[in-house]
Amino acid sequence: MALSDLTRPWRPRPVKAPVSGMRRRRGLWERLHLDPWLLGMLLLLMGAGLVVMYSASGQRLEVVTAQGIRFGVALAVMAVIARFSPATMMRWALPAYLLGVIMLVAVELVGDMGMGAQRWLVIPGVIRFQPSELMKLAMPLMVAAYLSRRELPPRLRDLAVCALIIGVPVVLIARQPDLGTSLLVAASAVFVVLLAGIAWRIIAVLAALAASALPLLWMNMHDYQRRRVLTFLDPDSDPLGAGWNIIQSTTAIGSGGVLGKGWLEGTQSQLEFLPERHTDFIVAVLGEEFGLVGMLAFLVLYLLIVCRGLWLAAEAQETFGRLLAGSLILTFFIYVFVNVGMVSGILPVVGVPLPLVSYGGTSSVTLMAGFGILMAIHAHRRLLPR
Amino acid sequence: MRKSRHTLKSPEQELRIFRARALLAAVLVVGLTGLLMGRLAYLQVVKHEVFITRSEKNRVRVEPLPPTRGLIYDRNGVLLAENRPTYNLTLVRERVEDLDATLDRLVEILALSPEEAEAFRVRSRQRQRPFQPALLMSDLDERQIARLAVNRHLLPGVEVEAQLLRYYPDAEMMAHALGYVGRINAEELERLDPGRYAGTHFIGKTGVERFYESELHGEAGLRKVETNARGRVLRELGRTDPVPGKDLTLTLDKELQRLAFELLDGRRGAIVAIEPASGEILALVSAPGFDSNQFVTGIDVASYRGLQEDLDLPLYNRAIRGHYPPGSTIKPFLALAGLKEGVITPDTTIYDPGYYQLPNDSRRYRNWLRWGHGRVDMERSIAVSNNTYYYTLAHDLGIDRIHANMTDFGFGTRVAHDVFGESDALMPSRDWKRGRFNQPWYPGETLSVGIGQGYWQITPLQLATATAVLANRGDWVKPRLAKGLGDDPVPTALPETPEDITLANEGWWDRVFSGMEKVISGHEGTARRTGVGLEYRMGGKSGTAQVFSLGQDEKYNAEELAERLRDHALFMAFAPIEAPQIAVAVIVENAGGGSTHAAHLARAMTDAWLLDEEEPDVESLREELEEDDGRVAGN
Repeated sequence: MALSDLTRPWRPRPVKAPVSGMRRRRGLWERLHLDPWLLGMLLLLMGAGLVVMYSASGQRLEVVTAQGIRFGVALAVMAVIARFSPATMMRWALPAYLLGVIMLVAVELVGDMGMGAQRWLVIPGVIRFQPSELMKLAMPLMVAAYLSRRELPPRLRDLAVCALIIGVPVVLIARQPDLGTSLLVAASAVFVVLLAGIAWRIIAVLAALAASALPLLWMNMHDYQRRRVLTFLDPDSDPLGAGWNIIQSTTAIGSGGVLGKGWLEGTQSQLEFLPERHTDFIVAVLGEEFGLVGMLAFLVLYLLIVCRGLWLAAEAQETFGRLLAGSLILTFFIYVFVNVGMVSGILPVVGVPLPLVSYGGTSSVTLMAGFGILMAIHAHRRLLPR
Repeated sequence: MRKSRHTLKSPEQELRIFRARALLAAVLVVGLTGLLMGRLAYLQVVKHEVFITRSEKNRVRVEPLPPTRGLIYDRNGVLLAENRPTYNLTLVRERVEDLDATLDRLVEILALSPEEAEAFRVRSRQRQRPFQPALLMSDLDERQIARLAVNRHLLPGVEVEAQLLRYYPDAEMMAHALGYVGRINAEELERLDPGRYAGTHFIGKTGVERFYESELHGEAGLRKVETNARGRVLRELGRTDPVPGKDLTLTLDKELQRLAFELLDGRRGAIVAIEPASGEILALVSAPGFDSNQFVTGIDVASYRGLQEDLDLPLYNRAIRGHYPPGSTIKPFLALAGLKEGVITPDTTIYDPGYYQLPNDSRRYRNWLRWGHGRVDMERSIAVSNNTYYYTLAHDLGIDRIHANMTDFGFGTRVAHDVFGESDALMPSRDWKRGRFNQPWYPGETLSVGIGQGYWQITPLQLATATAVLANRGDWVKPRLAKGLGDDPVPTALPETPEDITLANEGWWDRVFSGMEKVISGHEGTARRTGVGLEYRMGGKSGTAQVFSLGQDEKYNAEELAERLRDHALFMAFAPIEAPQIAVAVIVENAGGGSTHAAHLARAMTDAWLLDEEEPDVESLREELEEDDGRVAGN
């Protein structure tokens, strides 16, 4: 365990008792169960995102307004979830997970086609819902709840149970077909397992297994998925088909230069050369109009949010909270990495939005719910009696 | 790290593990973010120049503005070729969600037959540049346009596009003179200037449409537009207007053309009329004609096969490409050659016993009148179309002098200034025969040439031209179809006009004319019936061309065979003799003798041109012709 040796000199500071917490009047943020730093950065991100959205949507104010309303809803969801205790969440884990699986099966049977994939569950007149969104939260919740009850680091038997918990919904989502989301859901669970301290040799064995399973995955992929991978490897092979997105987005970003063309001045974005420019490809608008400087600013902001999230996770008192919080924040980062990587052409095109910037209600709400969980974990730590 | 399998949960150990892993995760997060930053820096700093260029290209597109094709008028300003606004059905495949469903719907909406639907599907699959509209169907009718408009919301990616399409109002009778435009094919695409023809789909294929293509076409304009990725034009950044093609005024007279076409009455044949003084072609008809409009939109396979396999060869331009033995129509030219070469004088006579014999040869070359015309001078030789006189003359001239003199009249050469696809036919010579058959020239062959048979072949245009030159007393004019381009008249003096023909005695022209006048007006003229009631002086010469052979196609039925073995009727004429205003050549295939079956048509043409009358009554002429049918007339 060379790596754990490396970490030995670093001693975790003992959890600080709230400084005169019992005596002092609790502050506003504590009463709200919110972390001001994290919240501040998220609001900054959302605000900047709306500015980009105005340009990306073709200067349609109604789009920006709609997105703003969604952000409001998402913030409300976050604030509400932040009030629940981790113990309550742990109790939710199994029901939420089972509900998610049931809905995924339902999608499989009666789901509504949208954009060529069966992802939506529609209760007519009531709601259009993607069960995979629920799974993004239910999955890490379930795995964290399971592992936190076991002895850690997890043993093989525990891992086998985890594999089952992960496998069923991931396969169901992949069959919709939505490979991107299924991999992200799987990743959120894998992060829990990794953070729980799974032994490195097991990781090595699993990685080898996964690598050998790649051909099998390839054979089970849909044509459009294979094409995406092939196009990613050589976008110029199909410049007006599947390679179009990548070529156009890299062109937009590259033409932005260091300082960018200026807000609303992006020729690629404003002229609709960019596909899905206000959803998955909004980074191209950002890169074109705000240049490298703007891109770095956003990436630094994301980096700070992730670091703050990891910090909050590390400070959690319960294993469940730590694992869940760590998984959620790392998944958040994965979204950023996959999206920016895809749009800038170092990853294949998978339908992953840029968190809190891309247009889209469900993903914003899911993400902010995740941050709500994170804040709840952090807030409740202080309220625990020593 | 302690590894006891049966210990209870150890919160401290769990915390330690988590923090180690979280730290590792943080390092990875920073590393991956650094990777992204590196990638962005690569795109935005290192490759910035490449992408800024590419984005510029992406944004601004140069769109061609095809010019409007020039119109074509006849000499009186009557429209012969116009541009008709039409509506085409186009489809941008990239914008169609379900191609098959869309096509099915279109077939239903347009009420297409199964064959049309199949052609439709084939066209939709043709390779096309991305986001370029593929032409599915030309020339939609109003009903179809309306139905498409109503169903438009069901048909994303399908557009009805307005386009100017060539239209020939009198296609059938004008087809061979005007030619037609058609879609630019791959071969033409190779040689065309892509700038000039940007956005143009059609090009002149034959006729004046082809010959004056560059003038009629004009110059394409350009406009720079900002577009989105769907090709939708957002705004125009700049434009160069196209220069429309020049309007072309032809020398043709539509009414005379119509008359000529009606005179031929669907028979295989050709009529060419020329104004001798100017060389202006007044009528250029080849019958049967065809609907050239079919070729503009693209003719369907069945119709094209029908035209190709038609025994009457409607696509064949007989007026300029048809090869016919001239028969006796060339006798005046040979007489002139004899006069010019000093072989004869107008008063030279021969005695015709009904045949001619070469020295030391027992073979008799017969006159068409078995018992002979007796004593014959030059004028009478023309009037009665005596063969013996011309056997004698041809023999005395020899093939070399015949070849040289007939070439001077334009036989065996391309005579016209601006007629596309003209054939030079054949004026035989010793050299030609050696080259063609590797054989010497035989004296007997000269005799055949002397009566316009043998190897000699002419086109109706050549005959009309030679007649015009003759009517001009040897002054050459090249026939031409263009009178004016745009606002400018086409210059009358043409380069490379052949040398004029001069005789030692100018009066000899009159003697030849006199012989030609007697053909029509003389008491023993071959075409004397045609001269009845003539109000002006007209000179002419009939001809009957023997059909030697027929295609070896055994499938012809007997009746058909007989009909197609009949002689071709020819007639050449000009009038009025003292100041010629029109020279005509008429050829009617397999009609029989020229004096009866072609002379009337020539007279009708000159009447129409010279007299301020109502149109000649084609019906009564026809009846007259039928009356004459079956009568054996001398040629």
